[in-house]
Amino acid sequence: MILDYIGVKEINGSLIVLDDVENASFEEIVDIRLDNGTMRQGRIVQMDGKRVVIQVFDGTRGISLSNTRTRLRGRPMEMPLSPEILGRVFDGSGRPIDGLGNIFPRKRMNINGTPINPVSRVYPVNYINTGVSSIDTLMTLIRGQKLPIFSGSGMSHNELAVQIARQAKITGADGDNFAIVFAAMGVKNDVAEYFRRSFDESGVLQKVVMFINLANDPIIERTLTPRCALTTAEYLAFELNMHILVIMTDMTSYAEALREFSSSKGEIPGRKGFPGYLYSDFASLYERAGMVEGKTGSVTQIPILTMPNDDVTHPVPDLTGYITEGQIVLDRTLDSMGIYPPVGVLPSLSRLMKDGIGEGFTRADHSALSNQLFASYARVMDARSLASVIGEEELSPVDKQYLHFGKLFEQQFLTQRHNENRTIDQSLDLGWRLLSTLPRSELDRVDDAVLNQFYNPETAAKDPNELDEEENGTTNN
Amino acid sequence: MENQDVIYGINGPVVTVRNSRSFSMMEMVFVGKERLVGEIIGITDKVTTIQVYEETTGLRPGEPVFGTGSPMNVTLGPGILDNIFDGIERPLKKIADDSGSVFISRGSNVPALDPDQLWEVTVTAQVGDKLAGGDVYAECPETKIIRHKCLVPPSLSGTVTKVAANGKYRVNDTVVELTDAKGNKHELTLCQKWPIRTPRPVAERMQPRIPLVTGQRVIDTLFPVAKGGTAAIPGGFGSGKTMTQHQLAKWCDADIIIYVGCGERGNEMAQVLQEFSELIDPKSGRPMTDRTTLIANTSNMPVAAREASIYTGITLAEYYRDMGYHVAMMADSTSRWAEALREISGRLEEMPAEEGFPAYLPSRLAEFYERASYTKNLNGTDGSITIIGAVSPAGADFSEPVTQNTKRFTRCFWALDKNLAYARHYPAINWMTSYSEYSADLQDWFKENVGEDFLEYRRQTNNLLQEENKLMEIVKLIGSDVLPDDQKLVIEIARLIRVGFLQQNAFHAEDTFVPLEKQKLMMKVILHLYQKSRQLIAASVPISSIMQSGLFDKLVKMKYDVPNDKLDLFDDYIAEIDNTVAEIINN
Repeated sequence: MILDYIGVKEINGSLIVLDDVENASFEEIVDIRLDNGTMRQGRIVQMDGKRVVIQVFDGTRGISLSNTRTRLRGRPMEMPLSPEILGRVFDGSGRPIDGLGNIFPRKRMNINGTPINPVSRVYPVNYINTGVSSIDTLMTLIRGQKLPIFSGSGMSHNELAVQIARQAKITGADGDNFAIVFAAMGVKNDVAEYFRRSFDESGVLQKVVMFINLANDPIIERTLTPRCALTTAEYLAFELNMHILVIMTDMTSYAEALREFSSSKGEIPGRKGFPGYLYSDFASLYERAGMVEGKTGSVTQIPILTMPNDDVTHPVPDLTGYITEGQIVLDRTLDSMGIYPPVGVLPSLSRLMKDGIGEGFTRADHSALSNQLFASYARVMDARSLASVIGEEELSPVDKQYLHFGKLFEQQFLTQRHNENRTIDQSLDLGWRLLSTLPRSELDRVDDAVLNQFYNPETAAKDPNELDEEENGTTNN
Repeated sequence: MENQDVIYGINGPVVTVRNSRSFSMMEMVFVGKERLVGEIIGITDKVTTIQVYEETTGLRPGEPVFGTGSPMNVTLGPGILDNIFDGIERPLKKIADDSGSVFISRGSNVPALDPDQLWEVTVTAQVGDKLAGGDVYAECPETKIIRHKCLVPPSLSGTVTKVAANGKYRVNDTVVELTDAKGNKHELTLCQKWPIRTPRPVAERMQPRIPLVTGQRVIDTLFPVAKGGTAAIPGGFGSGKTMTQHQLAKWCDADIIIYVGCGERGNEMAQVLQEFSELIDPKSGRPMTDRTTLIANTSNMPVAAREASIYTGITLAEYYRDMGYHVAMMADSTSRWAEALREISGRLEEMPAEEGFPAYLPSRLAEFYERASYTKNLNGTDGSITIIGAVSPAGADFSEPVTQNTKRFTRCFWALDKNLAYARHYPAINWMTSYSEYSADLQDWFKENVGEDFLEYRRQTNNLLQEENKLMEIVKLIGSDVLPDDQKLVIEIARLIRVGFLQQNAFHAEDTFVPLEKQKLMMKVILHLYQKSRQLIAASVPISSIMQSGLFDKLVKMKYDVPNDKLDLFDDYIAEIDNTVAEIINN
């Protein structure tokens, strides 16, 4: 027997309360029909006996105490899935919005997913070549990793994400079996359009599944968007054995939606008003990346988040960093110097990198090189802060060399054109040429054997401006 | 059944039952038709509150709740080692094999220890023996290196009235029958149950006097932890907490390692599983997993089980301590555990204290860390539990409640520093803000086993680092050029100590573990260079000529160049320093 419940007891923000509901289950989906014929969906979020609290996805605008009929669906929120889902566009709660009709599902999966058993995980070691020197060399992306981009408003995180998506090459067999799931949460229409156009231009649109929740779409849908996207990704990866790159932007909007929903439920807030379970909630998304035993597919995540006021200690980047396997931090200073991609090298990190690089993966000298680049660039920062106090002229000769190295590193190593795809060998060799500008005794992180092979002041990188001067000098003579 | 208890309300992991009188506090219950595991955490005359250790999606009001009559407990017996459990001791490998799925399904009711596995048991008790709580009545090799001892439950004592012959038994087979003073017969199998929130009793707690040797220079030399002690590793993300925990789990000289991955990353657990089974323990020649138990409750697994995982871990640790083993327990990360407390507390609508954490956070932390100890056990053996807890302060701000309260109840504080980590100085333990209260307690041991000079070198090394710190304040303001040569020397030597000694490469075969003797000799060589250089500077030799001698570069790399088993090579370094210094003077 299907029952319709007429009217509601209470309305509070996006929540409605119904009384005397029989046989409902926790987190069940309900259909709400308004008297004017429109349909909305909701989810049961709290139950006390026959009193149930329902979260309405599209918001409660227009709902009165008497104008609704509510029907229980009898199952939790599910995402209809089939191989034909590739190339489609959905709204934030998984309904098609590209005018191509509904999905004929081969399978329906609960969008909350279930945790992967840690013993069934395969420890990821295959690296993804992104063609971006700073990422490949210093924070190598590994298949099955979750590596977020910490950015700020106005910086080029979207360009970087697109460049990674376009250039990402998986080494090894079935590298072509690759698709992108893109989840936009509370982004501007222009941004969503930028991604769509970029995917189109690079000819991968047929391999992209998009979930779009724009900045003015209902916030409750926003809390479902990443879950729909990740369920799709898991289906493609673990049922169809594809390699899936999930790009989620912007996690800060997602967290704010969660905060809005939490406060309307009257929950006790934690830091900056975010709910106390923000960590667990993030984890339930980020932990859905990985590789599992018996399947060849993988889910790799690149969540993008904008740090309010560029503050890395804000709860959203902070909790994200504690869950994800590293982070790529974009730097405002580099960005304003016109350096693209403005990857702030020192705070960036890839935790899975150590087992995915070196002999057999990238190159034997990779680990030593990246350690030394990090250490030397950290010295550059020390030298710069000293120079800002006592002036560049007063620095010791070694510190001056570090300043020079820092400048070259930023101009030649970090800087890259939007369509410039560097191989791992090119990136590593460039790294050595830069290190060769420093005295050999300064390279204390590298074994002598490796130095003998790669350290060569004769091929050291040069400042193009200085080169010009020299050349001009010769012509004048 | 008319008086059956049924679910009334559901809010995330918190489920309530109305008008029930059948449950007791902290009782373990099964919730709903799928029999999800839960625990009673609040009782009033109207409402009983249950925290459920699994996802509650799909539960309905009206579904039954079954009591078990006993508190949340774990099964203790052979088969714990070389195994991986979730937060409430369910074997994850077995769950994966049984379900054939890579995901964890709900309500999997798998016994903690494999009931079918046969153990080669030697029954040590004989008929007529009088046994008290904690006494050993049977033994079996649990792994190639650890002998499992079956202990009489602490509350029980009596006379052995029946014993089984030596042979192969399952965990639930009876091997000994004990008759207590009242004439009641108790059948002792290979396993027993113990409530996770109750510490197992010991005969006596003793002062910790022996260090837990970790092979990590900055820890062993500057901030040693004692066997039976407590240490906290606080640090923001990316500062190397987990890496440090892994290094300690791999190399510390405990007999048993209990590694609790509490609300951390799934891929990390996969890494631990893989690395530990490949790594060979140098002492026994067996894989590390032979002495290790993993408790994995990753961040996306149910939050209530995360809260329990810490207690499950420490209870397993206490069980092995009672057998006379030295146990090290790593908890990564206690902040996630505190957050689980906060989350559940929020669902219960309790009045929050600092930053939303419940007011009982300090007492819970204290209860946990106090379960670390060096003890005389009930059966007369010595055992210890060392707890090493990682703390993940929000925004790397050490003034937040979990770090502050942890500081109060631990005696070692290894503060990880973001700036060191940025410069890839690992382990990123900041020598200025870290401390160990055990240094004094352990002095005698170091004197006897490593030599008195070790303590002297440590003091000098420490002083140099302190002095450098003061000088760096000046350098930051006016540059290093203006300093006199003797102070420049301090800075250079301190740099040598930082790069050549404190920094340690976990991925280098020789450097990942360094015995105490080598640590001592490394300090000796560095300090020898310092003494000699001071003499040169006193003789007005410019510091640049010392720097250009190549000695500093050579010493920076001695950690790689001197293998752990060829420590006499350090004599060559001393000789070379003497020769070079003599040359400089002659010139």
